[in-house]
Amino acid sequence: MIWNPNKECMSRDEMSALQGKRLHKIVEYVYHNVPFYRNKLQEMDIRPDDIQTIEDIKKLPFTTKKDLRDNYPFGLQAAPQSEIIRVHASSGTTGNPTIVGYTRKDIGVWSECMARCLTAYGITRDDTFSVAYGYGLFTGGLGAHYGVEHLGASVIPAGTGNTEKHLKLIRDLGITGIACTPSYALYLAETMDKLGITKDQIKLRAGAFGAEPWTESMRKEIESRLGLKGYNLYGLSEIMGPCVSYECQEQNGSHICEDHFYPEIINPVTLENLPNGQSGELVFTTLTKEGMPLLRYRTRDLCSLMTGQCNCGRTSIRMGRIEGRSDDMLIIRGINVFPSQVESVVLSMPEFAPRYMLVVDRVNNLDTLQVQVELRQEFFTATFDTPAAIDELEKKLAAKLKSVLSISAKVQLKAPGTIERSQGKSAHIIDKRNL
Amino acid sequence: MTIHQLSIFLENTAGSLVQVLRQLKKANVQLVAITIADTAEYGILRVVCAEPTRACEELKKAGIAVAISDVFALKLDNEPGCAADVIELFSQAGISIAYVYTFLYEGKGILVFRTDNTELARETIVKNNLPFIDEDALAQWR
Repeated sequence: MIWNPNKECMSRDEMSALQGKRLHKIVEYVYHNVPFYRNKLQEMDIRPDDIQTIEDIKKLPFTTKKDLRDNYPFGLQAAPQSEIIRVHASSGTTGNPTIVGYTRKDIGVWSECMARCLTAYGITRDDTFSVAYGYGLFTGGLGAHYGVEHLGASVIPAGTGNTEKHLKLIRDLGITGIACTPSYALYLAETMDKLGITKDQIKLRAGAFGAEPWTESMRKEIESRLGLKGYNLYGLSEIMGPCVSYECQEQNGSHICEDHFYPEIINPVTLENLPNGQSGELVFTTLTKEGMPLLRYRTRDLCSLMTGQCNCGRTSIRMGRIEGRSDDMLIIRGINVFPSQVESVVLSMPEFAPRYMLVVDRVNNLDTLQVQVELRQEFFTATFDTPAAIDELEKKLAAKLKSVLSISAKVQLKAPGTIERSQGKSAHIIDKRNL
Repeated sequence: MTIHQLSIFLENTAGSLVQVLRQLKKANVQLVAITIADTAEYGILRVVCAEPTRACEELKKAGIAVAISDVFALKLDNEPGCAADVIELFSQAGISIAYVYTFLYEGKGILVFRTDNTELARETIVKNNLPFIDEDALAQWR
């Protein structure tokens, strides 16, 4: 089933023409409404009229997470505040979250694209669909929620947590679809085992999994334990939220809603465009966004693009699995974590040496984060000669980390001089998750 | 009236205890008593020794997290119930004790304890004329 065959199955020529027209319009729009872009374009001597076809996109400047940070909170917003009806926020690298405002039309486009995803997963208005992403500032919960409503299925806003009650509802209400992180899906399976609920007692048929990296073997495990088919759902809040791309029944790459989000793959070092099929950094331009339109936003996600008509009938370009990151961002329990965030917290406490190590693992299918810090020799005074005093110090750091990272981390105190002095950024991280 | 005790932060990893003891050996420090308060992830090694100030400096030079804490060291009679009688006095005075351990000195049991209410503890010791050992006694330990 296809939600919007007009767009999802458009001929390539028509799609390029539509993208070119929309690109011209969005460049004109940001030129007149976002000083940041007007200055950039003027510096490069580009006028909106220079951008007529989608090929002209290569003339445009890139946008990075740093640009969002530097223009915190509303510097890149194009629409007047009176037109903004919702604001989401995602984690940033230095304590400032990324703020994304949406107009009524943006929410409409988001719901439309999300409905495309759900339809590709085989969800119809006859389904009962549970959204188990976090609701709130994170785009996952509300983004998926509005899509389910737009499609016309019954939405169960389960959110995260209270897993036992959620499982009871899955069984008793005959819930047929679910959206959550893949690790939460596995956690559901574990909880089912614990409660003695078998997969024959539940009717889950399709799962929309995203917001964190996952592997084929995780997919197989989720599918066999929950008795459903698991589909990839990709998105990022800077561009919109979940809905940017989705797998169809063929599961041969994720179809991009390219009439709204134009993808490119670049070499992250030279910034040159790479041919389709080659792996590089994924870049998106929002072609229709009003609230915070972005030109050539560098996602830092590494993947490749696939062209050609899919067996499902869709003609839209597809992206392969995310192969990694071109920066050192970690995704832990669906939340973006930057080592520099941890660094800023550690540096703010004189009790610790300016060194740390992040150890990420997956225990019982849930991501865990351990932050190792070194006690500074001169701060180890007579006050600390009982475990209670040291525990308190650990708790103080853990609380600060929690408020900055939005996820809890376990603090492990190390003796002075025992954490390896790192050379590069990635040396701060041990990721045992094997993704 | 108190003695200096070394408090040392130790990770719960193989070799961390011996690393500290090796440094003390190198510095020719005479140990009197050692005990460890341990948790799942780390431990605090408490050491009573001759020349604690010098020992502390040596350990610091070796990069070890060490601090000097002042603790009381009372002499006990070698009779059943003597520890109970002594601690009872502090308890009655409303003094709470953070930790306690014992060692033998010149054939006598020595009760080491730390309290945050040092002044009141001193008063209690004086009032009850409790025998104690001090830094000088430790310095003569050989």
